Amino acid sequence: MKVVFERPKSLQPTKTHYCPGCGHGTIHRLVAEVIDELGIQDKTIGVAPVGCAVLAYNYFDCDMQQAAHGRAPAVATGIKRALPDRVVFTYQGDGDLAAIGTAEIIHAAARSENITVVFVNNAIYGMTGGQMAPTTLIGQRTETSPYGRDPKLAGYPIRVCEMLATLDGPQFLARVELTDVKNINKAKCYIKKAFEIQLAGKGFSLVEILSPCPTNWGMKPADAIDWVKNEMVKVFPPGVFKEPKEGNV
Amino acid sequence: MEKVLMKGNEALAEAAIRAGCQCFFGYPITPQSELPAYLAREMPKRGRVFLQAESEVAAINMVYGAAGAGVRVMTSSSSPGISLKQEGISYLCGAELPCVIVNIMRGGPGLGDIQPAQSDYFQATRGGGHGDYRTIVLAPASVQELVDLVYDAFDLADMYRNPVLILGDGILGQMMEPVVFKERPARELPPKTWATTGKMGRQKPNVINSLYLDPVQLEEHNRKLQRKYQEIEEKEARWEVLNGDDAEYFVVAYGICARIAHAAVEMARQEGIKVGLIRPITLWPYPKKAFEEVISRAKAFLTVELSCGQMVEDVKLSVEGRVPVYFYGRTGGMVPTAEEIFEEIKKMRGHS
Repeated sequence: MKVVFERPKSLQPTKTHYCPGCGHGTIHRLVAEVIDELGIQDKTIGVAPVGCAVLAYNYFDCDMQQAAHGRAPAVATGIKRALPDRVVFTYQGDGDLAAIGTAEIIHAAARSENITVVFVNNAIYGMTGGQMAPTTLIGQRTETSPYGRDPKLAGYPIRVCEMLATLDGPQFLARVELTDVKNINKAKCYIKKAFEIQLAGKGFSLVEILSPCPTNWGMKPADAIDWVKNEMVKVFPPGVFKEPKEGNV
Repeated sequence: MEKVLMKGNEALAEAAIRAGCQCFFGYPITPQSELPAYLAREMPKRGRVFLQAESEVAAINMVYGAAGAGVRVMTSSSSPGISLKQEGISYLCGAELPCVIVNIMRGGPGLGDIQPAQSDYFQATRGGGHGDYRTIVLAPASVQELVDLVYDAFDLADMYRNPVLILGDGILGQMMEPVVFKERPARELPPKTWATTGKMGRQKPNVINSLYLDPVQLEEHNRKLQRKYQEIEEKEARWEVLNGDDAEYFVVAYGICARIAHAAVEMARQEGIKVGLIRPITLWPYPKKAFEEVISRAKAFLTVELSCGQMVEDVKLSVEGRVPVYFYGRTGGMVPTAEEIFEEIKKMRGHS
């Protein structure tokens, strides 16, 4: 019998704690598949964030460090500078990367630190129970914007890819929605490209993935996917914001 | 061996390179700035990593990453900058990562000034960040000792998988003294089999982490840390006693303050006052034994610090109420003269 589908080698054979309909499981799998396909499992070191993906080190089968809230890019910098021939990636949510860790992500990008960032944007704080994030949409109701995010009170959503694209350091910046097979495949292509850029020693790469959070959005999983497709993409348009000039890696 | 005249901050930096420091991550602040400046010049020449971080917070987290990757790594700062590093220090202790952190102290609280002080003693010896943890704290009193203790600091860090603080002050960082770099072998140290270097053929992945969601496991982890701290307390306490053989009175002081206090002790000796000096070299573990050795003949202790009174609490804990403990301190960057301390020694004798 021919095996046509199996667990990637770079994922541990264990169940995750993620909620039904959450995007993290899929994104973990994509990252693991890319690590397998590039044959870099043995030399990859991942950095887990604070937030829903804090336990990522229990799921990826590669060396991992768990970082303080927002500090993953600094931790990754330390690892990569100490061991420049290894592959280092961070896995971060929007609360982690776009709020408390804004300085770290901007400066890692500005230095063109030769690391890969997987940025999961679900427009809300997940693990702490659904509070407003820097990426929360105008009018979106959360635990801490119970009447809907009012820009007069709480400002506007931060577009990380666009912001980082103003810098000279980043080599690859792309945003993709995790809504259907086509886009999931596209997400994998971007992640692979981001790792390849690191392997080629070119510098900083980041893939932002718009991902559903049915639990904290108070939606059924299918409705959550529709919300990503219909509402999130209006504020966070998918696309490639920066790539190496020669185009192909 | 060649003796060279060097500034404290630069001598410390050179010693760190010689002790095998592979990576340095820092952020500028006075009065320690010559240290990163020296490393910025020298580290690349010797194939090492120097990186100026975007903040103290980022710097200490870069230290976390590199320490986890198994290399010798150092950061340095001064008081307000060390406050910013406390989050990372708590994580480093939780994850049991070896590193060296230099604090060339200045006056506080808040922005304070840029003059020498010893007012970060509580922060250094009691934790400073959240959680039950300790860092080993070394307190050099000369540029030579600044150099010598750097080698010890890296060894102790690797030995116990724990951050080690070198607690100096603005004077030590800025003063120039002759110094000899004595090459010496490292202690026999355990291999870093726990480091996240990539699996590189290993069966199981290594994980650097301080998260234990199960309270039973977290308590177990804390008990393990406490056992380690107890071992350090038993084995690593260091101190020096000067003019102590026949002393009935003792001045207790560390770092640069001990140098001035020693001059005061010499002045008192010339007047026939039998006074000695206890100079703690490790501030944690605190050298309680030094007090036990002299307590039977001690009539009183005088603690002198560049603070409003912090180490004096450890002196009181060591003396346990058996004889009086007096305190004299200057703060805000003011430094006492030997004459001032001599007056306090005379008062101590008058009181007891």
